[in-house]
Amino acid sequence: MESAPATALAVAGLPVPGEATPTAGEGKRPRPPFGVVLAACLVAAASLIPLGFVAFMTVTTGWDTATELIFRGRTFELLGNTLLLTLITVPLCIVLGVGGAWLVERTALRAHRVWAVALAAPLAIPAFVNSYAWVSAVPRLEGLFSGVLIATLSYYPLVYIPAAATLSRLDPAIEQSAASLGLGAWRTFFRVVLPQLRIAVSGGALLVALHLLAEYGAFAMIRFDTFTTAIMEQYQSTFNGAAGTMLASVLVTVCLVLLVAEARARGNARYARIGSGAQATPTRLALGTWQLPAQLALLALAVLAVGVPLWMSVTWAAQGGADIWQTSDLAGALGSSLWLGLLGAIVTTVVAFPLAFLAVRFPGWLSRGLELSNYVTSSMPGIVLALAFVTVALRVIPGVYQTTGLLVAAYVLLFLPRALVNLRAGLAQAPKELEEAAQALGKPPLLAFVRVTLRLVAPAAAGGAALVFLAVVNELTATLLLSPLGTKTLATEFWALTSEIDYVSAAPYALVMIALSAPMTYLLFQQSKKAAGQ
Amino acid sequence: MKLRPRALAGLALVAATSLGLAACGSSAPGTSSASGDKGTITVYNAQHESLTKEWIDAFTAETGIKVNYRQGDDTEMSNQIIQEGPASPADVFLTENSPAMTQVENAGLFADIDPATAAQVPAEYRPSTNKWIGIAARSTVFAYNKSKVSQDKLPKSLMDLQNPEWKGRWAASPSGADFQAIVSAMLQLKGEDATKAWLQALKDGAKTYKGNSTAMKAVNSGEVDGAVIYHYYWFGDQAKTGENSKNVGLEYFKNQDPGAFVSVSGGGVLKSSKNQAAAQEFLKFITGKKGQEVLQKGASYEYAVGSGVPSNDKLVPLDQLQAPKIDPAKLNSQKVNDLMTATGLL
Repeated sequence: MESAPATALAVAGLPVPGEATPTAGEGKRPRPPFGVVLAACLVAAASLIPLGFVAFMTVTTGWDTATELIFRGRTFELLGNTLLLTLITVPLCIVLGVGGAWLVERTALRAHRVWAVALAAPLAIPAFVNSYAWVSAVPRLEGLFSGVLIATLSYYPLVYIPAAATLSRLDPAIEQSAASLGLGAWRTFFRVVLPQLRIAVSGGALLVALHLLAEYGAFAMIRFDTFTTAIMEQYQSTFNGAAGTMLASVLVTVCLVLLVAEARARGNARYARIGSGAQATPTRLALGTWQLPAQLALLALAVLAVGVPLWMSVTWAAQGGADIWQTSDLAGALGSSLWLGLLGAIVTTVVAFPLAFLAVRFPGWLSRGLELSNYVTSSMPGIVLALAFVTVALRVIPGVYQTTGLLVAAYVLLFLPRALVNLRAGLAQAPKELEEAAQALGKPPLLAFVRVTLRLVAPAAAGGAALVFLAVVNELTATLLLSPLGTKTLATEFWALTSEIDYVSAAPYALVMIALSAPMTYLLFQQSKKAAGQ
Repeated sequence: MKLRPRALAGLALVAATSLGLAACGSSAPGTSSASGDKGTITVYNAQHESLTKEWIDAFTAETGIKVNYRQGDDTEMSNQIIQEGPASPADVFLTENSPAMTQVENAGLFADIDPATAAQVPAEYRPSTNKWIGIAARSTVFAYNKSKVSQDKLPKSLMDLQNPEWKGRWAASPSGADFQAIVSAMLQLKGEDATKAWLQALKDGAKTYKGNSTAMKAVNSGEVDGAVIYHYYWFGDQAKTGENSKNVGLEYFKNQDPGAFVSVSGGGVLKSSKNQAAAQEFLKFITGKKGQEVLQKGASYEYAVGSGVPSNDKLVPLDQLQAPKIDPAKLNSQKVNDLMTATGLL
């Protein structure tokens, strides 16, 4: 059951709550191979650079200057904006996500298979594209209300996907017991069903909250100031001045508070079915007269979240005609995005391997600790990580500054958990006994590993790589700060054009980004179902 | 079983190597490299991308020298150059305004401008130190919504916008270099206290947009009554569809007001450049006749400042703007940034 939210958590690169992997040998514990431990330790150490940078800069800025820059009106203003945004958006996402999941999975909703996919679809539309569409449809959109609107429409699938996966696998026996004990449908839902969604919902809510902290483009476009937009403005005014770094330190603190809060909300109760026996197929509640309102509500949601961005992008593109598609800029940006996405996906998957291997075959404090350091880093907004990379590279290893390597390294740290979660699942399902059998039959160990285990892990690795690819293609802030000379991705070009309010020329970039993201989102959606079905 | 560690060490090695390889790959596709021709220079460009692209295309066509550029904001790039120091990959630095040039000059990172290039630009559009040169100019204006503000109700001075009657009715783009250059001129003309008070009025009573075009668009749609921007956003939009400026009028403050400030866009060659000759040639080209004609005839609508080339005839001529006399070398971007951070605008 716990693997249900795993894939969704991987979307934003987050820890999968309490996934137990008891595959290590019984009896005497084998020691993990030194090379793997070393590789994993190096990755973990590298992933602590951004956190170390923020702490280091806060200390070296000097207490007086630091407090002056942190405890000023602007910080409280940003904190207020951020808190309000989170307090309004997260519950809305939970209501939409859980409500949608329940309708799709547990009621006799007509065309529920179509709706199941449609509700996940907004994930294929980058939030800043969504914002672009909304702000050009309704130019007056600005501030908190618009921030809530766009963030909710963009991020509710992060709750919906794990909730739907969990609901589709809930053991109806408990609900039937509740009903037999006299509980009505509504009370059964609130007292029996909802509590079982606790892991999925708290994980999804954490993802939404972290996205809210990290989002830049969507909020900048509607003039809603958050820490991330303010840090970006500071960066554009001073490259990497103390004020921006101090804002980053507050932002990191908020992220850490969220991580701890989610761990508490998740709790450690066990929700999995114990004992033998087959699980019954969940029954679907008859909707009766509610069928039509339910259909209309879902239609409205789909129109707002998918219809508006698609329609507006197509409208702008139609205004531009064929010309806007024939620029070499578009081809170049597409090439860069594909290249960086591919490179990021491959490197991230390779780097995640030692961590996944340790976690599956040698679980213990070491592998937990290594993973944790990574989860903390990847939950930080890209802008903080990029700021750290810029400064550290310039001061310590100037040779890598402004190289593709450094940008890819940033992607690796930001998106490692997406690859990791999938690799772990894949490795856990590849019995090491098969590899041992191959060895016993005379294959050299390396060959046995490659021919048996790697082959079994390949599909999971590919799934993880696809998620990383999706993330890289839609990444904006780290790419803006770290990209090598002359590199323009779909996201950065789109951003440059919308900044000049050239909405027409920006449209093809929006549409290409959506086209690239759509298949990955579908893959993710399918995977979440499969993961829940294990 | 007992040999497995070695296999895994091998795998880890593969992982590490691929990381290393990735770290070594230094350029993405699309970055052109010199191919035995006249060489390549790198421009850190804070000027409008479209204008610089026009210059680059004309320059490469004439000289065969290729030009790569990195796009950014004035002060972002000046601070970046200062942090990069002698290791900076930049050969040439172009800005929208002059404070960022002064910052790099003060850090001692500019080479002298070729005297022949300097001779192409009148003294008022370049610093006496000859460490950088004016490449174009732009005038501050107050863009107002014609149906919401009548001529006689317009502010007489930029400073009037802090008066109560303007509270909540005007806009600016404070995170941009354009606005920060205007504030640095105000700082020079009116002093720190007056500037701080004005910024506070902006923070409390104005709407802030990201970018001058967005601010003008807001004026056009009536979201605000007016905005402090530069002149050419309006002319550029008028030349296209006028969609974002059809309801917008421009007010030139004149009378040596801070709001009549004419900002000089600068260009300089980095001392650390390994392509000095080509870099100097680039500046010579853009301040020369052909480069300035790009300003006169192109779509940028910025003022031409060099080689006697007149500006686009749609513009109010530079000599009629009654701009305040300000030595561009004295504009202080750091102080402006501190003031804006203190007032909570940044």
